[in-house]
Amino acid sequence: MDAEAAKLLGAGLAAIGAGLASIGVGNVFAKFLEGALRNPGAADAQQGRLFIGFAGAELLGLLAFVIAALLIFA
Amino acid sequence: MAAEQAKVDPMHQFTIEPMFGSENWELAGYNIAFTNSALWMAIAAVALWAFVLGGMKRQLVPGRWQMAVETFTSFIDNMLQANIGKAGRKYVPYVFSLFMFILFANLLGLLPLGVVGVHPFTFTSHFTVTGVLAVLSFSIVLIVGFWKHGLHFFSLFVPHGTPWPMIPVIAPIEFISFMVRPFSLALRLFVAMMAGHVLLEVLSSFVISGMNAGPAYGVLIGVPSLLLMVGICALEVLVAGIQAYVFALLTSLYINDAEHLH
Repeated sequence: MDAEAAKLLGAGLAAIGAGLASIGVGNVFAKFLEGALRNPGAADAQQGRLFIGFAGAELLGLLAFVIAALLIFA
Repeated sequence: MAAEQAKVDPMHQFTIEPMFGSENWELAGYNIAFTNSALWMAIAAVALWAFVLGGMKRQLVPGRWQMAVETFTSFIDNMLQANIGKAGRKYVPYVFSLFMFILFANLLGLLPLGVVGVHPFTFTSHFTVTGVLAVLSFSIVLIVGFWKHGLHFFSLFVPHGTPWPMIPVIAPIEFISFMVRPFSLALRLFVAMMAGHVLLEVLSSFVISGMNAGPAYGVLIGVPSLLLMVGICALEVLVAGIQAYVFALLTSLYINDAEHLH
């Protein structure tokens, strides 16, 4: 396998990371909704923490995208 | 086949080009051409200035415009109040400008002005721009932290109640997580904006190649891609808001660390 093909394969494999991050982001919002439906009164106050969790989970998916972009374009 | 000639390059939209014949402007040996990136930064700044100026009439009974601006300021004010407390008041101007600038930049970049021949440039999709914004936030954290707490600021790396045998393990981890903050701030905004725009461009290339390949492919591939594109556009508006919010929120959290340590 030459280096170019390996790079493209690696970029494709990095897409798995993006998919896994989507599970993470889905989990963050699902758990928030679960808790919010049980105790709607406390939900609004926790929105900041919701987005911190979202940002943390999303970042790793975005990093996978960066790796893919680096492999293809750099 | 026509589809092969009309290949769409999804990265072309991010090229920085000098505008108004300024490509030879130099300052101390560096090229300081007025690029499309700089042009859209100026447009975002002017739009933001006009938006806020329209809401600064200070009427007792606010009109719609003033209401809109006050919603944003009180939103940022509440966020800082909740995350930093009383000391957060003095960061409202900075975080408000940061949030609104990023929000305007993201939304301006999404405007469908291509139909009239003007191509909006999302300057937040460049790491240099978001990197500078992140370094700005990070240096405020450092300056406030060292100003207020002096060398005691380093106790940030040892959370309260850490058992002493754990300190050699915890401190490097905390140090790395602290130093990575500006990168994660900048990367998140830049990649989110770039990925969204690449996705839109790729979908539009599906529409174009599908239509070029014949009416059957056009209906089979072009039409669903177009519908998906409309949906993704709506999602991108949401992402533009969320990313601006997340940037401001994380900045306020980091400032809270500098104000109060752990």
